[in-house]
Amino acid sequence: MKYIDEFRDGELARGLAAAIERAARARREYRFMEFCGGHTHAIARYGVSDLLPPGVRMIHGPGCPVCVLPIGRIDMAIRLALEAGVILCSYGDPLRVPASHGQSLLRAKATLGRPGSTGGEIRMVYSCADALTVAQQQPARQVVFFAIGFETTTPPTAVVIKQAQALGLRNFSVLCCHVLTPSAIASILESPEVRQWGSVPLDGFVGPAHVSTIIGTRPYEFFAEEYRKPVVIAGFEPLDVLQAILMLIEQVNAGRACVENQFRRAVTREGNLKAQQVVAEVFELRRSFAWRGLGELPYSALRIRSNFAEFDAERRFSIDYQAVPDHPACECGAILRGVKRPAECRIFGSVCTPENPIGSCMVSAEGACAAHYSYGRLSGQSLSQPRESAVNR
Amino acid sequence: MSSVRKGYVRPLDLKHGRVDLTHGSGGRAMAQLIEELFARRLGNAYLGQGNDAAVVPIPPGRLVVSTDGHVVAPLFFPGGDIGCLAVHGTINDVAVLGATPLYLAAGFILEEGFPLADLARIVDSMAEAASAAGVPVVTGDTKVVEQGKADGIYITTTGIGVVADGADYSGDRARVGDRIIVSGTIGEHGMAVLAQRESIGFSAAIRSDTAALHGLIASMRASGAAIRVLRDPTRGGVATTLNEIARQSGVGMMLQESALPILPEVTAACEFLGLDPLYVANEGKILAIVAAEDADGLLATMHAHPLGRRAALIGSVHADAQHFVQMTTTLGGRRIVDWLTGEQLPRIC
Repeated sequence: MKYIDEFRDGELARGLAAAIERAARARREYRFMEFCGGHTHAIARYGVSDLLPPGVRMIHGPGCPVCVLPIGRIDMAIRLALEAGVILCSYGDPLRVPASHGQSLLRAKATLGRPGSTGGEIRMVYSCADALTVAQQQPARQVVFFAIGFETTTPPTAVVIKQAQALGLRNFSVLCCHVLTPSAIASILESPEVRQWGSVPLDGFVGPAHVSTIIGTRPYEFFAEEYRKPVVIAGFEPLDVLQAILMLIEQVNAGRACVENQFRRAVTREGNLKAQQVVAEVFELRRSFAWRGLGELPYSALRIRSNFAEFDAERRFSIDYQAVPDHPACECGAILRGVKRPAECRIFGSVCTPENPIGSCMVSAEGACAAHYSYGRLSGQSLSQPRESAVNR
Repeated sequence: MSSVRKGYVRPLDLKHGRVDLTHGSGGRAMAQLIEELFARRLGNAYLGQGNDAAVVPIPPGRLVVSTDGHVVAPLFFPGGDIGCLAVHGTINDVAVLGATPLYLAAGFILEEGFPLADLARIVDSMAEAASAAGVPVVTGDTKVVEQGKADGIYITTTGIGVVADGADYSGDRARVGDRIIVSGTIGEHGMAVLAQRESIGFSAAIRSDTAALHGLIASMRASGAAIRVLRDPTRGGVATTLNEIARQSGVGMMLQESALPILPEVTAACEFLGLDPLYVANEGKILAIVAAEDADGLLATMHAHPLGRRAALIGSVHADAQHFVQMTTTLGGRRIVDWLTGEQLPRIC
């Protein structure tokens, strides 16, 4: 398919892999974190790690919006449907995330009535605009959109809130759980483990693709400089990731730490100013927000401004966030910070599997543990190779 | 099936009428529904016997029986509907065991209020599919449940066929070195239904591949190729079916991503929704595991059949104590093609 195949070309990949091999210095280890779940998924799905020399290691970061959503936030969404009786509209991603008391949105959905009944309801939507449509079609029902995601999904949420205001809708509100990428990266660099050990075991970052189309490359300049870590913004296709790794190795070798943009076909330094403007109009910074696995991070999330208070589900239904501790054996926090690998968690693959996820990293296909479980369990193991290839002819 | 005297009952209103509880009560209304709607469309000598069961002749061989419940939403989708799907699905389940499908039985659960026009359209589609396949519906049953207790209509079909001695296609017969063939492009049924269900307006409509495969399978059997396993990759798609076979046979598999036949519109829709075509349902495709030396011959036979024109060799069977299905990606890396976890849900990022 045009515009897809070009970025998954095997020959170009081999060329980039050879260039990485040449650039990587022998006897030195390069540890890069790909921040986004999209990159984690691309690396796992296309077997990118198989093309890297042994000294180059990729560490999966916390950039999966579902993975960093704390249990207490899912609980709020479930309470809205079960107790406040609203029609809760959610993206598909959070539906299977484990919440308190063995609940999840999917399980709560099964206990609720059929569509059309008067009780609460949980619906999967593909866009926040679909949630707005539900509110218009069902004026007698309260409709809440469960808004999650990084800067990519924030502008559309801002737009529907403005539309709801323009339409004078009294039955639509948003449970805002939008979070900010730069603060998460900063927190990884300042995590307790890091302070304890004195230095971060990271040599650089593959920076977000879609998020950067909105915020631009400028927000990363601060910590590239402050923490002396190179950042290369990269697209979500496998060739993008390979090229970004090559660019990072070159920066490390040259002793540079700057922000470079591999994803120039979509990202500028300033980003999407119109989107930034609508986000600033509707949202403001939260003083603090709980991230699953990372804890309370200052100024790391958004909430709805008071001008739009009537569209804020937290205010409309007076529900509070209640912190819920993660499973004690779960290592998601350390994995999200790149301190541990999925396989180093005691419950990985035994108690915690994609069928029965305990930690958030196992829930979403983009989570570090799920990606490793689904695509990468073989890495490091000795493999029985097929003796001949059946279809390479 | 009792006969209703003409003149006593107004004919069914197939334009505006709806199923009501009397249609399942065993009285005149039910007899009328059966006679005017079902028997008229599905009619054949066996159904015409009018008993609660049909007496049918069976040629020599071993009997193969399969049953399948159909609960698809939406009921009508590009390329098909629940009616033809209920016929094709069960015929295929019988045919992949190497059997010749002979007869079908059909059970309908109807929700009170279901439009008779839709029911007629569905039964028409079943009749057309059954007649095209040469496999008649010889007996049936209808129940009506109160509004809210079902989703319009559910159809369960049971198929009977016979298989000759010596023809054994079972999931536990794949051997190291065998080749894996798929009969055509994958993922169309699941994407057609999903696009319709979620009202996602893709500019190029994807049509379901629903089809009866016994003709293609008969020609594959006639080719004399040493076929070990035949399976239709329906729910869970090619990935799930291959994992089942790998576990049953105690082997591993290696696929070649570049060899997978996928229509560009399916690739595009899957990219858009964050789905993997390997896990999307098919209703008119076969996976065949065949001895390596017969793979080319079998492929040629399949290419000569209208339902196998885009058949492709997609991988091979190898020894693996953990029974993993793996794939060499277009990039040259390797990944596991795992069992499907839960339902494939579209992703946002």
